Amino acid sequence: MSAINANELLAMYILAVVLFILALRFMSDIKSSKYGNWSASLGMLVAVVATLLAYTIHQTDYLVGALAVGLILGTPIALRVPTTALPQRTAMSQAFGSLAVALVGVAEYHVDLPHVPAFTMAVLATEMTLGFLTFAGSCIAFGKLQELIPGRPFVYPGKNFVSLAILAVAIAAAVYLVAFPTQGIALYVLAAFALIFGFLLVMGIGGADMPTVIAILNSYTGMSAAALGFVLNNKILIVAGSLDGSSGFVLAVIMSQAMNRSFTNVLFGGVGAKKVEKGAGPTGAKEARPVQSYSPEDVATILENATKVVIVPGYGMAVAQAQHTVKELSDILQEKGVDVKFGIHPVAGRMPGHMNVLLAEAQVPYEQLWEMERINPEFPNTDVVIVVGANDVTNPAARTRPESPLYGMPIMNVDKARTVIFVKRSMNPGFSGADNELFYLPNTWMVFGDAKKVLSDLVADLKAD
Amino acid sequence: MTLISVLQAANATAALPSTANMPSTNDLLIDLLVFIMATFLGVGLIRGVTRLLHTPLMALTNAISSVSMIAALIVMSESSNTTILILTTVGVALASTNVISGFLLVERINRLFRKKPAPKKEGQAK
Repeated sequence: MSAINANELLAMYILAVVLFILALRFMSDIKSSKYGNWSASLGMLVAVVATLLAYTIHQTDYLVGALAVGLILGTPIALRVPTTALPQRTAMSQAFGSLAVALVGVAEYHVDLPHVPAFTMAVLATEMTLGFLTFAGSCIAFGKLQELIPGRPFVYPGKNFVSLAILAVAIAAAVYLVAFPTQGIALYVLAAFALIFGFLLVMGIGGADMPTVIAILNSYTGMSAAALGFVLNNKILIVAGSLDGSSGFVLAVIMSQAMNRSFTNVLFGGVGAKKVEKGAGPTGAKEARPVQSYSPEDVATILENATKVVIVPGYGMAVAQAQHTVKELSDILQEKGVDVKFGIHPVAGRMPGHMNVLLAEAQVPYEQLWEMERINPEFPNTDVVIVVGANDVTNPAARTRPESPLYGMPIMNVDKARTVIFVKRSMNPGFSGADNELFYLPNTWMVFGDAKKVLSDLVADLKAD
Repeated sequence: MTLISVLQAANATAALPSTANMPSTNDLLIDLLVFIMATFLGVGLIRGVTRLLHTPLMALTNAISSVSMIAALIVMSESSNTTILILTTVGVALASTNVISGFLLVERINRLFRKKPAPKKEGQAK
């Protein structure tokens, strides 16, 4: 017996959909963003309560157990994860989400047996393929971001051919299932090959491309949820799934555009595979070209005399957990009357918008964060640019050298500033494997060392004056 | 009788011979319409989100995509054997983990952006 009828259920779903749409609308501005989360949470609550009222679940113990697991696992994940690890946590939650849709797909297949209509089976097979490949891909993305597996792309001759052949087997199994739904063995083949395909796909992609990969996987999870909506004839699954699907897709497009690359190139290109051998630190640089290496004290002197400073952060800032030190530096410079801005490249970090969150955590006001298009015209009038943990996104070869793997990528034109301070551990190239032209320019000062250490020395020197 | 069985019964009677294997044409077309419109709406909405908030946006859409929890609940209500029950229980557990961690995380990130900078200490600069 249902507590509400079909129309009441649909009405509650409509309310939930409106709340989801409003939630995304609220995210367009930082001032309204808090309502975004409340709106989406309320929408989810309405949707879940409506479902529980309309569909009677007799196995209450299992239901309560599952929800308890969600609460016990979910709360610490949300509250404990450091902001530097947000990309990993996103990959992990995508792994959970895609595994959930894949398993529900399998369950629905068992509900429909032995007479699975061809249309239902086709949608279910698509949904399971997407779900399983996203699950494996997200696990690998998590491993790469957590540095459990090397970030370098795993490439071998004929890689794309092998991957596509594996995908073809999964698709063949799906077609076979549509024709003979009772042949459960084909389901295992489909699941196994989709998992292998997802594994190989993301293994072949470099660490620096993870923002795009995460966004694409996000899109797949949404699409498979929408596919389940078709099978269960449930509109809210379709709407919420496609909202998520288009969100991942748009973010992936923005990320690839920011790297001047196509989707296919990100997925199958294996950029960074020819990574230069492990670097040898400041003394053992293989390049014969000279760089100018300075100490934090030298930098303090030039900052004393600057009036306009731009700080360009990158993934290295997250790795060194240097965001609070960066904020200290910005504060002390501002106390000395220096104009300090932060220039944020769209693909800085390991997920879209990552740098903004790190700097917000360090209490840098968001008015001080400038996007690439806005900050680039400012560089010619800037006295000092401090690059902290960014590399490829500052490489002028992207503008000048057609043979560079970075050529055509929109970059931060830091080389146009009067002086560039480049804080870096060693002479290792960035993820693209391309040597950074910037290091050898006469106006570039290299400061070697851990970002946090260098910056706190710098802050100490500035305070001492 | 659950809603889904009502719908399936309705579909079965409404189906034309040529579409015997599908949900009735109307339902499928309406679902497609909803899907297409929601996708276009989503693209428009996401394009409007400031880059500043792309990280919380991903956490939020991740949580929203965990409406797959609803699918898990519906299939759970139809479970007739242990396999289905276990699969859907795991599904509900995973999806609810995402829902809870997703919304809490967005709230946490939003608070970071809203936090007022600590008042500057006077007298430290020269």
